[in-house]
Amino acid sequence: MNYPLNRTGLHVPEALSRPADEPSFSHVAIPPAGAVSRPSIDADPSSMRDHAFGLIRVLDEDGQAVGPWAQGIPVELLLKGLQAMQLVRAYDVRMMRAQRQGKTSFYMKSTGEEAVAVAAALALDRQDMCFPTYRQQGLLIARDWPMVDMMNQVYSNSGDRLKGRQMPVFYSSREAGFFSISGNLGTQYSQAVGWAMASAADADTRIAAAWIGEGATAEGDFHHALTFASVYQAPVILNVVNNQWAISSFSGIAGGERTTFAARGLGYGIPALRVDGNDFLAVYAVTRWAAERARDGGGPTLIELFTYRAEGHSTSDDPTKYRPAAESAAWPLGDPIARLKAHLIARGDWSEDEHAAMVKDAEEQVRAAGRESERFGTLKEGERLQAASIFDDVYKEMPAHLVAQLKESGL
Amino acid sequence: MTLVAEATRNMSMIEAINQALDIALKHDPAVMIFGQDVGYFGGVFRATEGLQQRHGRERVFDAPITEAGIVGVAVGMGCYGKRPVVEIQFADYIYPATDQIISEAARMRYRTCGEWWSPLTIRSPYGGGIYGGQTHSQSPEGIFTHVAGLTTVIPSNPYDAKGLLLAAIESDDPVLFFEPKRLYHGPFDGYHDKPVQPWANHPDSAVPEGHYTVPLGKARVVKEGEAVTVLAYGTMVHVALAAAAETGIDAEVIDLRTLVPLDLETIVVSVSKTGRCIVVHEATRTCGFGAELAALVQQHCFFVLEAPIERVTGWDTPYPHAFEWEYFPGPARVGEALQRITGI
Repeated sequence: MNYPLNRTGLHVPEALSRPADEPSFSHVAIPPAGAVSRPSIDADPSSMRDHAFGLIRVLDEDGQAVGPWAQGIPVELLLKGLQAMQLVRAYDVRMMRAQRQGKTSFYMKSTGEEAVAVAAALALDRQDMCFPTYRQQGLLIARDWPMVDMMNQVYSNSGDRLKGRQMPVFYSSREAGFFSISGNLGTQYSQAVGWAMASAADADTRIAAAWIGEGATAEGDFHHALTFASVYQAPVILNVVNNQWAISSFSGIAGGERTTFAARGLGYGIPALRVDGNDFLAVYAVTRWAAERARDGGGPTLIELFTYRAEGHSTSDDPTKYRPAAESAAWPLGDPIARLKAHLIARGDWSEDEHAAMVKDAEEQVRAAGRESERFGTLKEGERLQAASIFDDVYKEMPAHLVAQLKESGL
Repeated sequence: MTLVAEATRNMSMIEAINQALDIALKHDPAVMIFGQDVGYFGGVFRATEGLQQRHGRERVFDAPITEAGIVGVAVGMGCYGKRPVVEIQFADYIYPATDQIISEAARMRYRTCGEWWSPLTIRSPYGGGIYGGQTHSQSPEGIFTHVAGLTTVIPSNPYDAKGLLLAAIESDDPVLFFEPKRLYHGPFDGYHDKPVQPWANHPDSAVPEGHYTVPLGKARVVKEGEAVTVLAYGTMVHVALAAAAETGIDAEVIDLRTLVPLDLETIVVSVSKTGRCIVVHEATRTCGFGAELAALVQQHCFFVLEAPIERVTGWDTPYPHAFEWEYFPGPARVGEALQRITGI
């Protein structure tokens, strides 16, 4: 870890570089690709200490897939992953711009973290239930959920399935196995464990997967979820997306200075894998491992996805106020799209021309979806939803006091 | 349909609750029961006694001591398709779970436009009168009646406890089911210095053995009267009845049974008749549920009110141990309010 320690008074963790500084990632140890072993899916968690402190990587600096986690990933899946990640990126760019144009109130990009969601989505069965945070839009896109539907939610327009009740990016799609996003951090973690316990009680083969940021691991729900997952050996994958930043707080403030987030799993008896989150193949491989373990009745797995939040926290955030503007470019694990692209080209399954065409196609798909979505209106323009619907769905049936308030509102 | 004469048996409230849980487990394979000490041991108040033995460990089980985890996991199970019935050992310990209750369970249906919902029941022993001190006596219903999307139920006798609990479990909305623990083994009118009466001597302890429900959102006029309406729930129903008997004032005592959604109609009909209203609860006064009741009565019955609405409640202090009976709004304090408001 190699963080400086204040021995003369209260130690308050401090990011190694701030806006005026040169970016520094001297504290980040990057072991070579292929160095971490691939245990059997029924391995004892206590035998997997190195997996929680090391870093599982498949793609090396030359774009070659190496080591025990590199096996058995078909090229079609990699191409599908590349395309989905490119779509996520193009989608994020467009919706960020839409927010700046006043078409919506808010947006959150996932730039740099596309592999975390897309590779996991492709490693899971479609029937497996995902309990995401607000930064796994890649799950929906990888599961081919219509972008128009996502945009309608961001715009709270007349096509919004959530009827304008939720802030932008708080998607919900039962059909796509994408659980309703809540603004309250961490809550979905224990809910995922409960879903998985219910599945186990029914001897169902479906598993649950949850995501949480490294900042939110400090919430109590992280501890509650790990306790329940371990006690009842729930078939759940517990993903911690360590993107180094929780809004303006660096990961040290969340407890990341002295140990890894993966290592927290070991204390609960949960096998823990720390993985290069910008390595599509590695994320895919560890998710498959965890899914097979869960489906085999082997219980939960914790996965720390070591990545970097390449842009601001949200449209309401300016990261140049707390970190160097060039920090993103200095991130030693690179960019997930660029790395998968280089790998596919290196193995002769892809080319610069094909990639350029794919980027263009992704932008065109997003543009077309945008045109389609804006026909349903945007936050303050075009056709509006019926405001009277704000009284629906508070309860299954509208109770008398809400009937009275609906009448009083004149809506 | 064949009509079968339903066998009834005199039960305590705890027996009635236990039987409701047993019936729910039999009727619906989706019902799962868990909480601290509820499995093998059968609960610290015996509410789940025998259930694990009869229905198996996968449906009735012990949980770690983590209220937020218990409710959070239950929300997830509900979204899978289960019907979780969880126990929080004392209502005083429900606070760690409030984020999951308020931010998640209560809003799941709303925020997903019905894609998911939270058909869960949270049972919790509640209320004072047992020398429970600060953390075994609280009445936190007012915290939850303020939350849109929750149903809050408080029974006052074995018959209602069983019927309301079955209705709560069968509801597709999240229900907080607060059980006045002072009433588990017998009715209690606040006369702590008199011998405890068992439920067997009380008419509301005759409980049908089979399945029945008491509708949520419906109050019950426990005693008709002409002089003043008393709005109460839980243990305070019995206190109000005792105070009326002792003062001889012809009070109409209404057991609200469900606080939200509230049976406003029954309240308005009664106050329109009596012209006077007293609200009684154990919980602290300021911003307690009594404030909402008083506001509603004032709004809907203003022109028939002949006196200011009175509130007889716990004091605005934490619940004390040694001064239990100075804190608890017993029959003497309710009786004084009855006399004040009627001028008798």
